[in-house]
Amino acid sequence: MANEEITSGLASIVEEVAGVDAEEVSVEKSFVDDLDIDSLSMVEIAVQAEDKFGVKIPDDELANLKTVGDAVDYIVKNA
Amino acid sequence: MSGLLEGKRILITGVITDSSIAFHTARVAQQQGAQVVLTGFGRLKLVERIAARLPEKAPVIELDVTNDQHLAGLADSVSEHVDGLDGVVHSIGYAPESCLGAEFMAAPWEDVSNTLQISAYSLNSLTRACLPLLGEGASVVGMDFDARVAWPAYDWMGVAKAALESTSRYLARELGPRGIRVNLVSAGPVRTMAAKSIPGFQQLEDTWGERAPLGWDVEDPEPVGRTVCTVLSDWLPKTTGSMIMTDGGFHALGA
Repeated sequence: MANEEITSGLASIVEEVAGVDAEEVSVEKSFVDDLDIDSLSMVEIAVQAEDKFGVKIPDDELANLKTVGDAVDYIVKNA
Repeated sequence: MSGLLEGKRILITGVITDSSIAFHTARVAQQQGAQVVLTGFGRLKLVERIAARLPEKAPVIELDVTNDQHLAGLADSVSEHVDGLDGVVHSIGYAPESCLGAEFMAAPWEDVSNTLQISAYSLNSLTRACLPLLGEGASVVGMDFDARVAWPAYDWMGVAKAALESTSRYLARELGPRGIRVNLVSAGPVRTMAAKSIPGFQQLEDTWGERAPLGWDVEDPEPVGRTVCTVLSDWLPKTTGSMIMTDGGFHALGA
């Protein structure tokens, strides 16, 4: 799957879970600092991403995914 | 070979992720033949996605244990899925920041009372709400962390667990004549979503495995899930008002 496709897929998940406009979700944004997403919302985003992209995101990995780009890279590598 | 919980109908609260103790309890219960119904709080969509990861997808009912309407409707909602209950698992706790890993003596009463209501009184609320569905031989099990002593960082949650322990004894006393058991499983630390939200809890996790005679793996919720399922089964028929220690034997040692 292309990076752009994953980014837009992730953006729609973030919009659904956290109510952040999908347009705002770009690779350089930090989930916590820029998009104001709390830890439980992050878990929900991760679970949806697991189901959508067929990856496993362990809790320890999740803590390392600071930006949208980090998450896209992780999914590209592990899907 | 039939399972330990063959034909049992079990209501399980407290699933939020697939690292939740409640999730692994539900998984083991299903593997042992139980029909499981879950309750979820707040993030129902998340709980439903997690419920779909069980061996068999379990139905999810919304339950906020401080919401009287939810409690009043619980028995009816459960009855849409099963025609009675043989077991209830209470795996619910909450404490605001001021009550966990903060300044113990500075916690305001509103926060402490909130902690006590959700983490201890709710065992009574939940059991009472389920009572119309519970018959002789039914088992109520709550999740405990040994509150006979004080721990680093656990603070007012520890006080709430002490209240939970006492509540379970009084419920055992109330419900014994109906043949309903009420027990707690006092587990060692398991790295769940809830545990990660406790600042300073990691030092406990680190020492537990070294001290426990049987060892302890904070990443492995299976032993706790199995123990809960055993207490739900017919194989501890005269055990009520008890804390079942599932901690690798940590509690037995002084140092």
